[in-house]
Amino acid sequence: MGDHHHGPAKGLSRWLFTTNHKDIGTMYLWFSFAMFILGGTFAMIIRAELFQPGLQLVEPAFFNQMTTLHGLVMVFGAIMPSFVGLANWLIPMMIGAPDMALPRMNNWSFWILPPTFLLLASTLFMEGGAPAAGWTFYAPLSTTYAGPSVTFFIFCIHVLGLSSIMGSINIIATVMNMRAPGMTYMKMPLFVWTWLITAFLLVAVMPVLAGCVTMMLMDVHFGTSFFSAAGGGDPVLFQHVFWFFGHPEVYIIILPAFGVVSQIIPAFSRKPLFGYDSMVYATASIAFLSFIVWAHHMYTVGMPVAGELFFMYATMLIAVPTGVKVFNWVTTMWRGSLSFETPMLFSIGFLVLFTIGGFTGLMLSIAPSDFQYHDTYFVVAHFHYVMVAGAVFSMSAAIYFWLPKWCGRMYNETMGKTHFWISFVGFNLAFFPQHFVGLAGMPRRIPDYALQFADFNMLSSIGAFIYGLSQILFLYNVIATIVAGKPVSDPKVWDGAEGLEWTIPTPAPYHTFETPPKIDPAHAHS
Amino acid sequence: MCFEAKRLLKLALGPVLMLTSAVALAYGPEVNQVNMAPGATDVGEQIYDLHMLIFWICTIIGLGVFGVMFYSIIYHRKSKGAVASHFHESTKVEIAWTVVPFLILIGMAVPATSTLLEVYDNDDAELDILVTGYQWKWKYEYISEDGENVTFFSNLRTPQSEIRNTQPKGEHYLLEVDEPLVIPVNTKVRFLITANDVIHSWWVPELAVKRDAIPGFINEAWTRVTTEGVYRGQCAELCGKDHGFMPIVVNVVSSEAYGQWLGDKQVEAAAIRELMAQTFTLDQLMERGEGVYARACLACHGANGEGGVGKAIAGSPIATGDVGPHLEIGINGVPGSAMQAFGGQLNDVDMAAVITYQRNAFGNNMGDMIQPIDVYNHKKG
Repeated sequence: MGDHHHGPAKGLSRWLFTTNHKDIGTMYLWFSFAMFILGGTFAMIIRAELFQPGLQLVEPAFFNQMTTLHGLVMVFGAIMPSFVGLANWLIPMMIGAPDMALPRMNNWSFWILPPTFLLLASTLFMEGGAPAAGWTFYAPLSTTYAGPSVTFFIFCIHVLGLSSIMGSINIIATVMNMRAPGMTYMKMPLFVWTWLITAFLLVAVMPVLAGCVTMMLMDVHFGTSFFSAAGGGDPVLFQHVFWFFGHPEVYIIILPAFGVVSQIIPAFSRKPLFGYDSMVYATASIAFLSFIVWAHHMYTVGMPVAGELFFMYATMLIAVPTGVKVFNWVTTMWRGSLSFETPMLFSIGFLVLFTIGGFTGLMLSIAPSDFQYHDTYFVVAHFHYVMVAGAVFSMSAAIYFWLPKWCGRMYNETMGKTHFWISFVGFNLAFFPQHFVGLAGMPRRIPDYALQFADFNMLSSIGAFIYGLSQILFLYNVIATIVAGKPVSDPKVWDGAEGLEWTIPTPAPYHTFETPPKIDPAHAHS
Repeated sequence: MCFEAKRLLKLALGPVLMLTSAVALAYGPEVNQVNMAPGATDVGEQIYDLHMLIFWICTIIGLGVFGVMFYSIIYHRKSKGAVASHFHESTKVEIAWTVVPFLILIGMAVPATSTLLEVYDNDDAELDILVTGYQWKWKYEYISEDGENVTFFSNLRTPQSEIRNTQPKGEHYLLEVDEPLVIPVNTKVRFLITANDVIHSWWVPELAVKRDAIPGFINEAWTRVTTEGVYRGQCAELCGKDHGFMPIVVNVVSSEAYGQWLGDKQVEAAAIRELMAQTFTLDQLMERGEGVYARACLACHGANGEGGVGKAIAGSPIATGDVGPHLEIGINGVPGSAMQAFGGQLNDVDMAAVITYQRNAFGNNMGDMIQPIDVYNHKKG
């Protein structure tokens, strides 16, 4: 190859055959946004049905398909791929590498996703409808009592797992082998650290989920009884295996978000991140603890009291490293020189709302109280505070923060701030009242509810519609920026931004760091 | 307009008022209730206290953290000329905010552990009740050491017309059953909880009991209710289509009233046994069968036998074919499908009536009758 500076291929083949980390990152981000809209549509249907007591719009069976698909599409289609997209764009640029370590596998790990979600969504049109046992698909509701779509669902989970494992191996290989000379582990930006740890979590637990759905497949089609007591199996075994995957999974979602705000808060505080080392150790501690707390999702299954106590104590411990992180972010802001551009607003929104979600998480960890919270809207409120205000807010922050670097054009700040405030108000209106109805006794996953819960449910639906609409503003702002935003050419874009990605030209060229950058050995981490 | 504004104000102020006054609530959720009900048991009150303790600790920590943060946001702005410091680590501070939260957690773990141990103390119960979750109803069986067990099913009583918005909704919409569980006050009642099909979860907030009902396993839970009254709850674990429509109502009464009620139930059971020996006319069977159908079949097979989750009954080859296979499916169900074995759920009179009804309603016109003795003989083989 004579020309090392060739640009991208033209037309569709550029995207189909690309091995460029930036192209693949872009595709991941657009795909995850499409899934965010799809999963959001399901959420709007749920909230529309729950707007008033009584059955108005959908049948209970279809309602269950909506809650199931909403969860699956948001977790596996929107949040996870969006952070993989971010990793693709940023990790090579942050560690001074020319590309990901395994570019062809990178292409494949993306391209198996769209057909998989097409298949999953198509089950809506099957006889018996889409899977309806919840995103946690507890057996035997998801096996003996499920419709034919469960087999398609199992296949989809297998392929999604494959994609995640390949993506993670790629990230691990890239971070371990392709750092520029002088970029030691303890100099890596925190986003790279959190993703490295996340990737190890993924490699560890995705095979467990694969095992779980394979046992389901055997129970459904081959007459085994892994999860059926009548044949010597145990329905609770399903939950143990599922949550051995499922609990690390929630940290897989939130750790990269921690990484994102750890880049953005220092930039707009114009001050280095406080306690970098302790941030790394806290992330690793959270990852370790995530393996030994799974049964706190199962306090009511009737575990022996010794098991119950163990899982309660271990779960409470997570508050310590999580607290360290929150304290570090707040201290980073302390005596900084703060400004409040859109990425910073979303990061502060993250900080406030994630902390509230952390508090309710601590409440949920207390086993005796959890008997009252479990499977109610209190839990729904809790995990939306950490998943939406945590992961999705940080993702919005990341897009506003790095988009100018990627496309060399500045977004509309007024529109960005408007997006933040509408999101913030809509989100809280949607999910804060859910704490109340949950504590008052409203179970989750019900299509209709007692009259006592009516007012808060109506508020919640209104909030959800507002939050949903604000995403259209976001989409418009992003497209308008890419097409016609004000050009920027300063490599730093933001005066407080630190790190290798801000040393390359803006917009980021198709190929970067073909020769490794020089890292100043005296310079601390970015 | 004015009314709406008032309502919104009440909504906004509600949380504040509720948290400060902690009203004792019985009889199910209150309108716009914002906090956990302290309930009607000692354990429930302990759980409520624990819940409030953690809530206040979190609130205080939150005020501290957000206070510092908002101080920075207000006073350390670039626009106000704030110049950034460059400090970025302090081992002492890091150790402090690792150790202090750890100590607070220990402070929380102590009361949590003692409450948990109490929840798990299932010994010395004065009354045992076997609770079985079905799609989508509950079965209660009073286990008696002498004499016969009293058994009955508890179904949602709210009519479809209220759910489908063709009739105004009643006060206890979706939280009412045809036959509530009855237990005596100030008595330690142990629940043995299991399920017949999928996993359910038996939950009555004010009794502070939530335990999963798992097919093939029996879980234990207990309560000792200190105040008489009617307590309402719901299934808490997603169990399929009508998960939202299988409420729990517990009627807590004095020991005398309980004894009276139990006696009545036993007399009723004896009456059913007598009925089983009788022969009925087609009209009698049809009338009884219609009620049984609404209770046991309608949810899956539709109000007009048109089908739904279950197959159509109108014009079906089974309902219009030989009696034998029809009885077989009614009594033993279809293994591996949603069609349950109703042989253990319906008594022989009800089974005879509903099979007769299915064969002679919805345009099915077989004209034949099934008597309780036929059901009995089929069960015997």
